[in-house]
Amino acid sequence: MKPRHKRIAIIAAGLGVLALASALVLNAFRSNLVFFFSPSQVMANEAPRGKAFRIGGLVESGSVKRADDGLTVRFRVTDTAHTVVVVYTGILPDLFREGKGVVAQGRLEADGVFAATEVLAKHDENYMPPDAAHAIEQAQKAQKSVVTQ
Amino acid sequence: MVPEIGQFALILALLLALAQGVLPIVGAARANSAWVSVARPAAQGQFVFVAIAFGCLAWSFANNDFSVLNVATNSNSQLPLQYRIAATWGSHEGSLLLWVLMLGAWTVAVTVFSRHLPEEMVARVVGVMGLVSVGFLLFLLLTSNPFERLFPAAPDGRDLNPLLQDPGMVIHPPMLYMGYVGFSVAFAFAIAALLGGRLDATWARWSRPWTTLAWCFLTLGIMLGSWWAYYELGWGGWWFWDPVENASFMPWLFGTALIHSLAVTEKRGSFKSWTVLLAICAFSLSLLGTFLVRSGVLTSVHAFATDPKRGIFILAFLTVVIGGSLALFAWRAPRVGLGGKFEPVSRESMLLANNVLLVAAAGSVLLGTLYPLFLDALKLGKISVGPPYFDAVFVPLMTPAVFLMGVGPLARWKEASLPEIAVRLKWALGVSLLTALLLPFVMGRWTPLVAFGLLLGAWIIATSAVALKYRLSRHDGNNLWARLRAQPRSYYGMLLAHCGVAVFIIGVTLVKGYETERDVRMAVGDSVTVGSYAFRFDGVQEVSGPNYGGARGTIDVSRGGRHVKVLHPEKRVYHVQQMPMTEAAIDTGIFGDLYVSLGEPVSGGAWSVRVYHKPFVTWIWGGCIIMALGGLLALCDRRYRVSVRRSEAIVTAGGKKGAGASGAAA
Repeated sequence: MKPRHKRIAIIAAGLGVLALASALVLNAFRSNLVFFFSPSQVMANEAPRGKAFRIGGLVESGSVKRADDGLTVRFRVTDTAHTVVVVYTGILPDLFREGKGVVAQGRLEADGVFAATEVLAKHDENYMPPDAAHAIEQAQKAQKSVVTQ
Repeated sequence: MVPEIGQFALILALLLALAQGVLPIVGAARANSAWVSVARPAAQGQFVFVAIAFGCLAWSFANNDFSVLNVATNSNSQLPLQYRIAATWGSHEGSLLLWVLMLGAWTVAVTVFSRHLPEEMVARVVGVMGLVSVGFLLFLLLTSNPFERLFPAAPDGRDLNPLLQDPGMVIHPPMLYMGYVGFSVAFAFAIAALLGGRLDATWARWSRPWTTLAWCFLTLGIMLGSWWAYYELGWGGWWFWDPVENASFMPWLFGTALIHSLAVTEKRGSFKSWTVLLAICAFSLSLLGTFLVRSGVLTSVHAFATDPKRGIFILAFLTVVIGGSLALFAWRAPRVGLGGKFEPVSRESMLLANNVLLVAAAGSVLLGTLYPLFLDALKLGKISVGPPYFDAVFVPLMTPAVFLMGVGPLARWKEASLPEIAVRLKWALGVSLLTALLLPFVMGRWTPLVAFGLLLGAWIIATSAVALKYRLSRHDGNNLWARLRAQPRSYYGMLLAHCGVAVFIIGVTLVKGYETERDVRMAVGDSVTVGSYAFRFDGVQEVSGPNYGGARGTIDVSRGGRHVKVLHPEKRVYHVQQMPMTEAAIDTGIFGDLYVSLGEPVSGGAWSVRVYHKPFVTWIWGGCIIMALGGLLALCDRRYRVSVRRSEAIVTAGGKKGAGASGAAA
């Protein structure tokens, strides 16, 4: 029965490797998922505190303020219904502009300010990150339903 | 007039592709030699018409014909000529046309270099490639017509995205598509084998060079994309585990598994069904990669801005190709049969382990890339999976594979002896450990991760040297030069490619371990120290180019008081799209890069500036180039050409059918 034993051994070893790999993958997966919330959801306290997540929408016109050190910038992100203040230290991407779409990743601080570790902006004139577009769409739908009531 | 010629040419190409796809395959099944012989001329005709269509589009771009919608959306009269031509494939429609053109070119290449193959096999291979062409041409004509007109014609165009106005970006898509399309040849060979019910070592020998060539192109394509992102995006990053990057990386992983699996099938006749399955999966992932970036579902700097309605056609096409080929596999694979047996410790089992690890790595990348899309499609929320996940998963899976890279070449086929291998590798292990322990101190700091990376890199190089030594020692008596020349090119190809991987690993390890980055506010005259270099900001001047205007900074770099270089980073604004863009200034060297990019102007005439020192970063791309060269060397092996000559001799002696049998003799 030796050939059969060998085949079983190989299959068992293969399954073992796959099981190990799966455990590794799922573990890394769970600890690295980043959820997306719109400003309305953040204001409704749906976003986690102390855990990294993404927020997106439009950069509110006139809200971009740079600190004296030149590198820290504060702006407000809005989905036309609610706004959240975001602060970021570093060089902003080229296409970051007031009135255009933006997605930021970071943590919500105790004072309600979103401390961003990463800012993504759109990459050409017509492109809006789907997440940001979705957030704006949801907010507009919500507003419309309020009006018709 | 010209765009209409292009459109008609595409329609004619579609009709020829239909003939090419249907007649030869049916003819091969029914032994109808008239239909079988349709394959070559149909393929060549289709290529001619697709080339005409491509030429028409390129002509429209070069001549600023803004009555063509595609030209108006992606070009501009101020755009330099080379970028106007490159804009032909800068858009969704144009790049698909490029894909079809390349598919046609590869098909013609197959028709030319397959004189020694049996006619019904060539018919099936060309037929399958014809069916893929049909799919793409239908997609082009029905949903993404590059020749759509714009009336009244625009006075000028909207300009090409400034990010694409760059030599690296011009060559990256063609290289990548050469790789994707090349895997369609491997796929076609696999489907042909399933349809014919015959799969033997000679089949593997025929498909191997094509697969390796496709793999080489894909390696170069991915490398170009990474290098481009590094110098163009201004953030100094070279890999972001971005969904679009992953979409090109997964076929690469499967392709690597495939070329190793083909080695076993060719040498020992084993792994037959597994090889066929890998070929199907590699091509399916190529298609997935091609379409994922166009479906509109990705938040990514790469994603084409496109109409999600096209997604329906794409989904249908993918279902047909992937579902159909897997169904065919399930139905016909048992016919293909098993191969030679092997022991649990043997070169075959190590290659099998290599395959399992590569596939597992690709699977985990696939999970991280697609999971957010699935969740979003099921309206279960919007998530993203960050780079830490991919790093945490990929490295542990690849480590055993790297270890096997050293052991495998020394193991014998069918049955290997572990103690014997261990004895031979003692020295290599010792050298690797020593390098891992001592080299970090030369660089500055010792960290476990850096030591680990260096261990892997040194292991590959040391074991390759040992393997070569033992291989040469088997031909005792002759002088060294004769012995070196006696080894087949495929052997040197393997060693070179593996060493390329080592160079890559060393580059990644040293960059991640020792790079330094500073974002600072600099006024004129300010200086900042990064690594052992001092960067002094000397101010900014206005500049203008053909279609942009901007600011050009001057940074003086010195080290230990001695002047090294002057760097000129730029911040440009392209007139038409009013889009700002950063042009980083990079001083490239074998031992590291100095990288400076301008942020934006801040109060007091100062600027925010990003300064990097990236040691050994060029080794990342150098390693990829070496890998591709290794692959190229391997496929130039004489045995892929000798069989042609021998079978030609047999053909002249007696009949076409003899050509197939001689393949087995060679």
